[in-house]
Amino acid sequence: MRDFISRNPLLFVFLIAGYAFLYLPIISLIVYSFNESRLVTVWSGFSTKWYGELMNNGPLLNAAWLSVKIGALNATIAVILGTLAALALVRFRKSRGHGTLGVMVTAPLVMPEIIIGLSLLLFFIALEDLIGWPAGRGQTTILIAHATFSMAYVTVIVQSRLAHMDPSIEEAALDLGARPARVFFTITLPMIFPALAAGWLLAFTLSLDDLVIASFVSGPGSTTLPMVVYSSVRLGVSPQINALASLIIALVSIAVLVASVIMYRSEKVRQDA
Amino acid sequence: MSQSRNQSTESWSAPDAEPVVRIEKVTKRFGEIYAVDDLSLDIHRGEFFSLLGASGCGKTTLLRMLAGFETPTAGRIFIDGQDMTEVPAYLRPVNMMFQSYALFPHMTVAQNIAYGLKSDPPDREGRSARVSEMMAMVKIEALATRKPHQLSGGQRQRVALARALARHPKILLLDEPLGALDKKLREQTQFELVNLQERLGITFIVVTHDQEEAMTMSSRIALLKDGRIEQVDSPRRMYEFPSTRYAADFIGSINLFEGHVISHSNDMAVIHCEDTDSDIIVHHSQPLASGMPVTVAVRPEKMRVNTTIEADQNQLHGEIKEIAYLGDVSIYHVDLPGGKRIQFTQPNMLALAEQPLTWGQEVQLTWHPNGCGVLTQ
Amino acid sequence: MTLLQKLIPKNHQLIVAIPWLWLAIFFVLPFLFILKISLSEPQLAMPPYQDWIREFEDGLLTITLNFGNYQLMFEDDLYLQALLGSLKVAGISTLLCILTGYPIAYAITRAPLQFRMPFLMLIILPFWTSFLLRVYAWIGILKDNGLLNQLLMSTGIIDSPLQILHTPAAVYIGVVYSYLPFFVLPLYATLVRLDDTLLEAAADLGARPLRQFLTITLPQSVPGIAAGAMLVFIPVMGEFVIPDLLGGPGTLMLGKLLWTEFFNNKDWPVASSLAAILLVILIVPFVLLRHFEQKASEEER
Repeated sequence: MRDFISRNPLLFVFLIAGYAFLYLPIISLIVYSFNESRLVTVWSGFSTKWYGELMNNGPLLNAAWLSVKIGALNATIAVILGTLAALALVRFRKSRGHGTLGVMVTAPLVMPEIIIGLSLLLFFIALEDLIGWPAGRGQTTILIAHATFSMAYVTVIVQSRLAHMDPSIEEAALDLGARPARVFFTITLPMIFPALAAGWLLAFTLSLDDLVIASFVSGPGSTTLPMVVYSSVRLGVSPQINALASLIIALVSIAVLVASVIMYRSEKVRQDA
Repeated sequence: MSQSRNQSTESWSAPDAEPVVRIEKVTKRFGEIYAVDDLSLDIHRGEFFSLLGASGCGKTTLLRMLAGFETPTAGRIFIDGQDMTEVPAYLRPVNMMFQSYALFPHMTVAQNIAYGLKSDPPDREGRSARVSEMMAMVKIEALATRKPHQLSGGQRQRVALARALARHPKILLLDEPLGALDKKLREQTQFELVNLQERLGITFIVVTHDQEEAMTMSSRIALLKDGRIEQVDSPRRMYEFPSTRYAADFIGSINLFEGHVISHSNDMAVIHCEDTDSDIIVHHSQPLASGMPVTVAVRPEKMRVNTTIEADQNQLHGEIKEIAYLGDVSIYHVDLPGGKRIQFTQPNMLALAEQPLTWGQEVQLTWHPNGCGVLTQ
Repeated sequence: MTLLQKLIPKNHQLIVAIPWLWLAIFFVLPFLFILKISLSEPQLAMPPYQDWIREFEDGLLTITLNFGNYQLMFEDDLYLQALLGSLKVAGISTLLCILTGYPIAYAITRAPLQFRMPFLMLIILPFWTSFLLRVYAWIGILKDNGLLNQLLMSTGIIDSPLQILHTPAAVYIGVVYSYLPFFVLPLYATLVRLDDTLLEAAADLGARPLRQFLTITLPQSVPGIAAGAMLVFIPVMGEFVIPDLLGGPGTLMLGKLLWTEFFNNKDWPVASSLAAILLVILIVPFVLLRHFEQKASEEER
């Protein structure tokens, strides 16, 4: 490391500046969540009272609970759909629909959320008009919308894992008398499990984080956490939001840390093997 | 390298013996490319059979069709008398040792070996006894609870072998079994594989591109080229009596002289070659028509430097241009008067600093009519 | 082609069909409704648009297509300004991401092996925390009595607070901040695959480090730069949160305008026309993205 710094001092400065740029705003969020004053940017002493107020903010807690529920369900659906899509893309190159599936899976990754949100809302309204489902907008429509774009992220993760898997490992299992279903559940699935776990977490966070799409496809009574945060933020900075942000950052950091340790270990196993 | 195995049981030479593998006019096409082209082959019980050839000759495709990973485009494959052409891999009585070993990275050594023993033996004790037996057989008892990434290359190879043999297959398929090992370990493992095969009596079919490996281990070798069989023979016959120029050239080094038949009688053929001073006399039992274009093939070690001329020997002379000192033998490149370059080898019997033969020296080379062959293809 | 495919033809069609149908129904099909609504007339009702197909009392069926919304786009300066605003913000932010992201990605690939993964994790980590809250953090920093102005004034660089929040500068900061990881990741993936011996060969042939970089590394990293740039450019074209929270009334962008038309003016047909236009504009960069991603994955093989 010392060698790297002395040989590339300029690069190192860039790196440090880059991290400062990425992390100083987050650190300021956390620091000011412990500020006594309501004026978020004027320091007037240490206090945890905003965390207390946060815990008594009923609408916000309800929205948070709804977001977590939708997030978890969404992540599960997205992992199933994304894994199927990844299998289709990596394994069944010659089957019908392979090319179009590839395009359809990449598009949601970059498609502006505002287009996804608007188009789905219009679609849901037309569908309800036509077949009576989905009745109104709410959890179901948010769930469908979130699963549609987060499955694309899961696909990318699982796809890269599958593509780097030695195909003869599955052949070896078949050769040893395992039927295709047993091969999938005892060999393929355990081997791509780290990717599935990472994909689940990513899909969960994406759903938990989404404001724009949810704003379009939610209905009365299904206000998600980002929607509550957004309406509060529009009115100006609020120490309660800082406290919420700090809690989320803490949770995410722990989750990512655990996940990356797991990923790192299994990566090592894979590379050694 | 000479052969190590005992060839007392030449099951393939018995005309009515039932082969354990019968490949019947099998073709495998990938798009426009014929990986295997109308190939027929019988492999007999207890053979150590090698599929030898350069990369892309179709040997791996053939092995994968035996395992059930590829379906032939045309033709049939019989294993132990049963048509297996359409039978999926998991229902075939064959097992494979993969080139990459394909060990399951998330399972221990013991779990890897037990994977194929789902319900055979039916009881748990029987299965774990089988696993122990297999680990003892390849001497990896101490590694039972290790994961593949904690093993060395040689240990992984043993696990892969034990795993493939655990189901007591009728045939074991080995895809470049020694390819990932270093040279010393490879030589040692060659003999272990041969001993194991003789002890178990299972038919081994090996894919390899390494002719020395094929020579050392096999009872018979099939040399493949462009999806077709060039020659099937024992290693000794393959080396001494190659049937085509390709086979002669692929295995070992050889000097080839183009020419045509002058006469052929009493199993002795006289061949006239442009590049040699005199006609070459070759022992050849098959009939040859006069004037037929043929190639005379002489192995470098069959030639001797000789000062006197013997009547019944073939002879030619030339000038030494290059010498490669390999320790046990030296290879000499000799230019003939006509310009053709040939080579001969000579063992280094004496530890002399100066070699008796040196650059620029004129030498007279002789060899016996039984020390060369006629190639018509 | 694997075996699983041949052995279970039914299942394999199902594996392709399930995600295919899901995306076709919930991703592609809805775009047709954007097109449909964009060609209809607004009305004061719920939903606030008239159907093309109206059945009259005498049983006559008429179809009315209304191209007025698109006409409006070209006649009213507001929409053109928003389009240009989006292009400008997306373009400049992409450039800024390249300028800041390239040295970062390059520095990570040059770092000792055991530091690369942690360094990369540090780039990705903020991406996992709420996007909305990270944009929110900048309000506290950039506003008139915010942290940045406090810092600048206390060090005596400026006397009166700078107006940064609600200016285009704040939007650029917010966009670069939020989208930098999207640029760094694909670029890193490209850079880390480059063969180090090529640089050694260049050095051996007498090239100094700068020339090594310009003639070897940079040309070979073009697919990574292009893929990363598209990953920034495309979503920023439709970005709503950043211009809404950090930008001012002068920051006109398509995403924000669409939101206003939809939620505030309840003009769904105009909002749909905007979405349709945005969609058409994004086809080109999307095709470019696919091209460079495929190129990168082919090179990997």
